[in-house]
Amino acid sequence: MTHRHHRVSHLPIPAHQFEDIEQEREANLLGMWVFLATEVLFFGGLFVAYAAYRRLYPAIFADASRHLDVVLASLNTAILLCSSLTMALAVHSVRVDKRNAMVFFLILTALLGSVFLGIKFTEYTHKFEAGLLPGANFRYEGPNPQVAALFFTFYYVMTGIHALHLLIGILLMGILAFFAWRGRYSSIRYMPVELSGLYWHFVDLVWIFLFPLLYLIDRA
Amino acid sequence: MEHPVIPPKTYLLVFAALLALLALTVGLAYIDLGFFNLIAALTIASVKALLVILYFMHVRYSSDLAKIFAAAGFLWLFLLLGLTLTDYISRGAVFPLPGF
Repeated sequence: MTHRHHRVSHLPIPAHQFEDIEQEREANLLGMWVFLATEVLFFGGLFVAYAAYRRLYPAIFADASRHLDVVLASLNTAILLCSSLTMALAVHSVRVDKRNAMVFFLILTALLGSVFLGIKFTEYTHKFEAGLLPGANFRYEGPNPQVAALFFTFYYVMTGIHALHLLIGILLMGILAFFAWRGRYSSIRYMPVELSGLYWHFVDLVWIFLFPLLYLIDRA
Repeated sequence: MEHPVIPPKTYLLVFAALLALLALTVGLAYIDLGFFNLIAALTIASVKALLVILYFMHVRYSSDLAKIFAAAGFLWLFLLLGLTLTDYISRGAVFPLPGF
């Protein structure tokens, strides 16, 4: 019975609604980009709101930003960029049927993402201890602490939602690594790895903009 | 034909460029360039983003249709950002006409 509800074969047979495997892969790719477009707008809304308030309160936002740890964040940026490299190498590995390399790079990608989250957790802890969590116990020396609290609200929400996306990505990598190890992906059946890679790179993209906009406002 | 297999060396070169740009953006942040600090930071971030999109996300090697789909999300983002900023950037710039 060749009816496919769980297609794990390594023959390039497309699902029935497609004419050929190339069309199926193209459709998969376009669908993923549509999803990423929704994600761009999702984060984009936060970026636009941040831009508006930073425009309104440039000095206070700059002052609040100086409380953030540039060293840790720079390290985190490098870590995420590296994880995009390992993800790209995982995709390369599946295209050339190097299963062990693919598993290795997928796990490495997940590990790097986890290190990022660990550093983020450390950052947050430092901020909480310094009294920089908006709420009843918010402590900020300077005029207009409410505006400073607004900056920190943006900081926590934007990096927090980014961290949530990263966590989802890490879980995705774990699942992929498991299935990859079980031989599910190959040079013929590789789109799940490719598309997951797109998601991972997108999370990296968000951080590429978050980092300078939040951390590097006015450090001179 | 689906987009080609990209050699790892390409990825490594892109990664090196990304790290160099990271160093540049952090370094420039500590030099007082006034308003140009923001422009520099956004430009460098955009270049990094382009490298990730074109090479890591394979858009450079994808079909034209895929390129359009990839660009579309950012197009709508720029519309959202641009039109919203026309409000905030122009505040205080327009003065009431005499007689009003």
